[in-house]
Amino acid sequence: MSGTFVGMPKFPTAAKEALGNAQLRHNLAHATGTIRAKRAAVVGEVDQWEELRLAGAGVKEAALRTLDVQLEKLEASLTANGATVHWARDAAEANRIVADIAKAHDADEVVKVKSMLTQEIGLNEALAEEGIAAWETDLAELIVQLGDDLPSHILVPAIHRNRAEIREIFLDGMAKAGRPAPDDLTDEPAVLAAAARAHLREKFLRAKVGVSGANFAVADSGTLVVVESEGNGRMCLTLPEVLVSVVGIEKVVSTWDELDPLLRLLPRSSTGERMNPYTSTWSGVTPGDGPQEVHVVLLDNGRTNALADEVGRQALRCIRCSACLNVCPVYERTGGHAYGSVYPGPIGAILNPLLKGVGHDEQVDSLPYASSLCGACFEVCPVRIDIPSVLVDQRAKVVDAHRGGVPKPEAVAFKGAAVALSRSRLLGAGERFTGVGIRLARRVGVKKWTDARDLPDAPQESFRRWWKRTDGGRK
Amino acid sequence: MSAREEILGRVRVALSDVDHVPAPPVAPRITPVDDVVGLFAERVADYRAEVVRTTSAGLAAAVAAALPPGDGRVVVPADLSFEVPGAVADDGTFTSYWLDSTAAVVTEARVGIAETGTIVLDHGQGQGRRAITLVPDWHVCVVRADQVVVDVPDAIALLDPSRPQTWISGPSATSDIELDRVEGVHGPRTLHVIVVD
Repeated sequence: MSGTFVGMPKFPTAAKEALGNAQLRHNLAHATGTIRAKRAAVVGEVDQWEELRLAGAGVKEAALRTLDVQLEKLEASLTANGATVHWARDAAEANRIVADIAKAHDADEVVKVKSMLTQEIGLNEALAEEGIAAWETDLAELIVQLGDDLPSHILVPAIHRNRAEIREIFLDGMAKAGRPAPDDLTDEPAVLAAAARAHLREKFLRAKVGVSGANFAVADSGTLVVVESEGNGRMCLTLPEVLVSVVGIEKVVSTWDELDPLLRLLPRSSTGERMNPYTSTWSGVTPGDGPQEVHVVLLDNGRTNALADEVGRQALRCIRCSACLNVCPVYERTGGHAYGSVYPGPIGAILNPLLKGVGHDEQVDSLPYASSLCGACFEVCPVRIDIPSVLVDQRAKVVDAHRGGVPKPEAVAFKGAAVALSRSRLLGAGERFTGVGIRLARRVGVKKWTDARDLPDAPQESFRRWWKRTDGGRK
Repeated sequence: MSAREEILGRVRVALSDVDHVPAPPVAPRITPVDDVVGLFAERVADYRAEVVRTTSAGLAAAVAAALPPGDGRVVVPADLSFEVPGAVADDGTFTSYWLDSTAAVVTEARVGIAETGTIVLDHGQGQGRRAITLVPDWHVCVVRADQVVVDVPDAIALLDPSRPQTWISGPSATSDIELDRVEGVHGPRTLHVIVVD
């Protein structure tokens, strides 16, 4: 079983460790570079990409701003289509619902479609405690699960692993989980993919219960949508008798037609393809075709906190394409684990504090600072989430949350500056001592600051003294 | 309070500042293309699927040529609009294991999308239930030229959300290993598309 992110150090500590891993940096630079080029090529093909982004953002924003109405509509149409709708306030409640459904069918295993949400809530670990094995069926998730590892990217969770490492993981892990890898396994991607196909097929064919998330949920028609590449999603959504989909409440769109801009934006932004190999849609139960018992769990788990944040609520438009990770200069160097969450990269740096709230976990509070604010993430976001603005706003909220108590040296310095800069005479006196101050700072050491920055020499004369002496350069 | 009431209540409180909801802008449409069917064939082939164009007179031969070599079992939907000699019609009772030992499946489609090279099945007429186009490793899909539309919004407008749908763009693929695209993981590893003009 894969581990969890609980107890991760704050970002700067974790990032420093990641930066020391040369193999990781090599794997990441190669992977993000490749996917950036693919995305740029297929986005460049679309003449009115900006208008498409505006349409996609508009669809999601309109649904979020009427979320209560949309959710009631979604519940009604799902129910009319023969699905059972459950509501869950938090992770524990959602995990309990899924476990109870599996137990009601005497299932000791479930097959899973890759789902960010079920990772967020630690569903696999919760099911394991109930004696139910949850098999990840996406290739990258399988690599992570068999390697007892953590995901490091939204789309390609095993982006930090190269082919040789994956071969080792398969040779070691597959035998423990079911059908072993063949003895002559090489590190060719096609051979590794074939091994995954053979390993998982027996699990698909015998599975009684499938578990999925959803990329989109259409309120009007009660339709869920899963976008994927490998066909493992189709297997989990089609072959089991029972299907449980755990869906975040922010996944809803109002009408079927509104899927249009989103289904055009997502694959080009995500895998850099005109269209992903497989998209499945289903609306409740279809007699004689696919699972005959369909459950949908609508989950909050902090989403209403994010919704209440007027600046931050736009983060709930996210369609989990991961384009912002691939262009981020910070992500490219540290990788996903440093963010300590299933949502890494720029979107993770805002989504985690928005979902969990700031001021009570220093790891979460460190995330809004895990950015150079360069803005590349906003530029590529298919639903126009202004990540830099939300980062700045979240930084302010972190600072606000820590007011009172012993102030940080930075806060003391800025308070001092505020006093000096608002009084002319005080500023003049201060300027005379700039040189002394800098020499003193070098001596006593503001090492943490100067390690990464140059401390300039003091000028011979302050600007104001120069002005007075030369009458603004006229003398 | 039930979870439902509590969540809906929290949503309403969270949205108390919202006084207007702008209508989403209309999504742009691509410039019309002259040869829609030609673009469709080209884009499907880009995914490394096999594409042939034929006429109704040539359909039987094209299907026969697209089937895998050997005498493996071929399954077809019971309401397929043309004959596939030797094929077994699905009566809805075949198990997943039976389908797993079936070599190929031949179906029709509901819509083809030229811009993205996508075939959409709504599992209605001539397409069968979802499992028969999933478990066998070889899928031969027949698309009529008049079913091909330009882009995604045209397809969305034609499709009925109450039906289950499978959108297929090339054979099953993954890029999970060093982002190197590999065709063939769990879905059919070979996809033949026959376009009938």
